[in-house]
Amino acid sequence: MNEETYRRPAAGQHHPANRSPDYKSTVSRSPSKPAIVLPHTLSEITGPLLRAERLDAGENDLTRRRMGEPLGERIVVHGRVLDEDGKPVPEALVEIWQCNAAGRYHHPGDQHDAPLDPNFYGGGRARAGTDGTYRFITIKPGAYPWKNHYNAWRPAHIHFSLFGPAFATRLITQMYFPQDPLLAFDPIYNSVPEGARPRLQAAFDMDATQPEWALAYRFDIVLRGRNATPMENT
Amino acid sequence: MSRALTPSQTIGPFYFGTVVNAYRHDLAPAGVAGERIEIALTLHDADGAIVPDGLLEIWQANSHGRYNHPEDRRNLPLDAGFEGYGRASTDTRGCARFGTVKPGRVPWPGGGLQAAHVNVSVFARGVLNRLATRLYFDGDPALAEDPALNLVEPERRATLIAKRDATGVWRLPLYLGGPNETVFFDC
Repeated sequence: MNEETYRRPAAGQHHPANRSPDYKSTVSRSPSKPAIVLPHTLSEITGPLLRAERLDAGENDLTRRRMGEPLGERIVVHGRVLDEDGKPVPEALVEIWQCNAAGRYHHPGDQHDAPLDPNFYGGGRARAGTDGTYRFITIKPGAYPWKNHYNAWRPAHIHFSLFGPAFATRLITQMYFPQDPLLAFDPIYNSVPEGARPRLQAAFDMDATQPEWALAYRFDIVLRGRNATPMENT
Repeated sequence: MSRALTPSQTIGPFYFGTVVNAYRHDLAPAGVAGERIEIALTLHDADGAIVPDGLLEIWQANSHGRYNHPEDRRNLPLDAGFEGYGRASTDTRGCARFGTVKPGRVPWPGGGLQAAHVNVSVFARGVLNRLATRLYFDGDPALAEDPALNLVEPERRATLIAKRDATGVWRLPLYLGGPNETVFFDC
């Protein structure tokens, strides 16, 4: 058998610590024992590709999911899904969700005193192309307060969910906007090792703006790459 | 050109309205081969309190032990309509249920077979990285020889083994911490 495996991220360089006490919810929701390193078997190098999942036309346009147009600043969010070698992850399913321009989620648990927008639901999906490119049209989400600490505000963000090619590559993350002054105060953003934080910021992309219509941001997503030398077994 | 990994972030509490479109707690439509089973996973925090806003995903082989994925090139049957992927939110009692078929055994890279198992991903507010674990089946004689279970200290293995209740449902409580902390894998 000759199976390829996925590279393991160096500890403390890419992902947050599970227990990040400034983000209070992590304290009772983080394992205290180290994860047990599991060799990559078929269970880990396979995973849901969801290729049979049929996306409705326009699922990547969050501004056209309801009868009318949502309020807020219309934006294009686009980029590529890549692996650590810079190779595209073809036909990856990309799911996003976000609050509306006023900072309110279309969710019964969100009690923030800001208006719901009947024309904005906040969820979208896209299938990346064979070159890994994806594109959404949405409105810029607002900042909103949360109860983590006194006067806590989440910087504007869009949640991203990706499967990639394997169980081992599953990733849920958040995209932020460049130079947002709230980033410095956000314990979720700052749970990430300092050098890796800028990777969660989209880049303003003048070339992708649409004159008279929408500004644009670019957000490339990098999933785990494969080991260059396949592991030899038996 | 090498690129640096995108860091992980929490799923947060408000994912429900969006990813609900892609929920699938019934993985096996009628006609899929194998023993039909129901799995009930309950999610608890380190203090034992239930986690009602979690998202659980499962990934498994079919009853023949074949993953529906191009990396699994073995000459075993694939079942039409069975991808092997499920996603469900925990409810107000912290429980997520899946209807599926019992997976077959899959190989271990060094040789031999793994015991039948379901791969599980845990997401929740306060969980910054996907937590990966496995569900095995109580009473399976292959448990003793499973190479992954044998990587775990014996006293913690029970956190990975679902038990069948009086109604036939396979139940496994998951603990994010505390004295019964679930074994999570770096996979």
